[in-house]
Amino acid sequence: MDTTGFTETQLTVRQAVSQACSRFPNTYWQRLDQDEQDPADFHAALARDGWLGIALPESLGGSGLGISEATVMMQTIAESGAGMAGAQAVHANVYATQPLAKFGTQEQLRETIPGIISGRWRTCFGVTEPNAGLDTLRLATTARREGDEYVVSGQKIWTTCGQVASKMMLLARTKAYEEAQRPSQGLSLFCIDLDRSQPGLAMRKIRKMGGRAVDANEVFFDGYRIPSSALIGEEGRGFEIVLHGMNAERCLLAGEALGLGYAALARAASYARERIVFQRPIGMNQGVAHPLADAYMHLEAAKLATYHAARLYDEGASETDVGGITQKAIGVAANSAKYLAAEAAFAACERAVLTHGGMGYAAEYDVERWFRECLVPRIAPVSREMILNYVGEKALGLPKSY
Amino acid sequence: MSALRILVPVKRVIDYAVKPRVNKAQTGVETAGVKHSMNPFDDLSVEESVRIREKKRAPGGVEDIVAFSAGPPKAQEILRTALAMGADRGVHVELKEGEELEPLTVAKLLKKSVEEQKSNLVILGKQSIDDDSGQTGQMLAGLLGWPQATQASKIEFGADDAVTVTKEVDGGVETVRAKLPMVITTDLRLNTPRYATLPNIMKAKKKKLDKKTLEDFGLTNEKRLKVLKVTEPPQRQGGGKVEDVDGLIGKLKELGAL
Repeated sequence: MDTTGFTETQLTVRQAVSQACSRFPNTYWQRLDQDEQDPADFHAALARDGWLGIALPESLGGSGLGISEATVMMQTIAESGAGMAGAQAVHANVYATQPLAKFGTQEQLRETIPGIISGRWRTCFGVTEPNAGLDTLRLATTARREGDEYVVSGQKIWTTCGQVASKMMLLARTKAYEEAQRPSQGLSLFCIDLDRSQPGLAMRKIRKMGGRAVDANEVFFDGYRIPSSALIGEEGRGFEIVLHGMNAERCLLAGEALGLGYAALARAASYARERIVFQRPIGMNQGVAHPLADAYMHLEAAKLATYHAARLYDEGASETDVGGITQKAIGVAANSAKYLAAEAAFAACERAVLTHGGMGYAAEYDVERWFRECLVPRIAPVSREMILNYVGEKALGLPKSY
Repeated sequence: MSALRILVPVKRVIDYAVKPRVNKAQTGVETAGVKHSMNPFDDLSVEESVRIREKKRAPGGVEDIVAFSAGPPKAQEILRTALAMGADRGVHVELKEGEELEPLTVAKLLKKSVEEQKSNLVILGKQSIDDDSGQTGQMLAGLLGWPQATQASKIEFGADDAVTVTKEVDGGVETVRAKLPMVITTDLRLNTPRYATLPNIMKAKKKKLDKKTLEDFGLTNEKRLKVLKVTEPPQRQGGGKVEDVDGLIGKLKELGAL
């Protein structure tokens, strides 16, 4: 990747994270992927060096940097060879804590954030449901107030790191869809303990295509009790609060996709330089070289889109901005970046496997692992189709289609 | 025992993992667009200084750790790294991009800095991996008239300013003792340098970094050596194949190896 134009802080982050990741070579990730074993020591190492607090306020033990720097970090993690598995092992701790840091009470912050930064607790994000994927406003998990407790019932799905997390940022319905004044006002956000010794909580691991080191789960709540102090912000404002972090997550995911793409492309280029067939390196064949060059340009373009979106997000969030940067501009930029980066990563990963020929299919060469993983940023946290809908509507003024 | 005031000279060099290429004019190696980092031996010096403080190894404590570098504007980056690892302050003697100092000039510069900083211990790499002169520490000790312990693999502090240093020598180790003030040069087995943590990287941004020039120390970049030519090592010639063990023995005899 060309790093011209990055800020000094971004380059420092890139260099330092890359050093921290160098202790976890590709053989480590291959093994964990095959054994479906959680990279707990990787998470602990990043926590020990303070990386989980990168975008959390300094007053809470974080480093107070922006989403631009956090995106550099996530890209560097993925690019180190750790791929989506490495990124997902820390992703929620970096991002799902953002709404908490912004809307939590002082007491909630003091109780949770330092434990998450230090790695004592891991956190996961409970939004998606089997019957309410992208249609978040229709989600059905309820949190019913009973005295000074809430009783949670319902089901979440695709909860990454649920098995190893001790905290969950949970979005649940506190008012029936029909009863809420507006559909967006029926949901509330909670930061809850995942206490498996309490009744009403069960989880099941989902077997999946890639990123197998990191667990993804179905989570079942059946009368699971949480204290009312777990509520973040006001009741009924949950959707709004979660929205606040969504553009940030798009940026991080875009960075992770870029990391995968650049890692795969670097590997493919090095193989194409060294692999000799017909007495010459295969990279001398334009049929091999041109698709790699094409993949590089797409990654570079997606990189510009990604760090542009992250910069808009940070500038829009800063106090010095006087409203010059609209939420719409940030939304369009962040969604476009996620879309472009995911597609560029997919092209690069696919081409990396093909460049390796038969060896691309062997786990030892890593590119098959990255290829399996690169479907994640294409699908999550929002599908390509929904991004196209959004951009059509917001940037082009086309009528809403759904 | 006196409190330690440690001076740690660090140098920005081409990263150890990069294969340097000789420039077209054969006057040096290509540096533009090449990854640079802190000279690995200097990394050890910084680490050791910080450990002496953290582990309270010196009876008199550590009062001050100053990281010092003479180099182009970008040398500031490695000073920041040293500060993120735990040095207290930085001093940057700014040189023009591409300007190189000979070891004697560096030693003279360090002598002046030692006087200015009132240092009583200088811990520096035994060599820098770019020109591998391996002279600066020794010259500095000579100029200062201080004892020196080179190639340290272990540093211990005792009573009455005594410092015991285990040095790596041919075929084993040699243990020497001297009294402060002194100069120590570091070798690979001294320690394993840490990675800077994010909070410390952020703190390092706020630490003091003084900018100076050679003139501030009353020095000029005097050259005693002129580089005539830099060339790559000759390409390795391919070996030959032998049919069997007898063939191998015959070949070795032919080459006079047996």
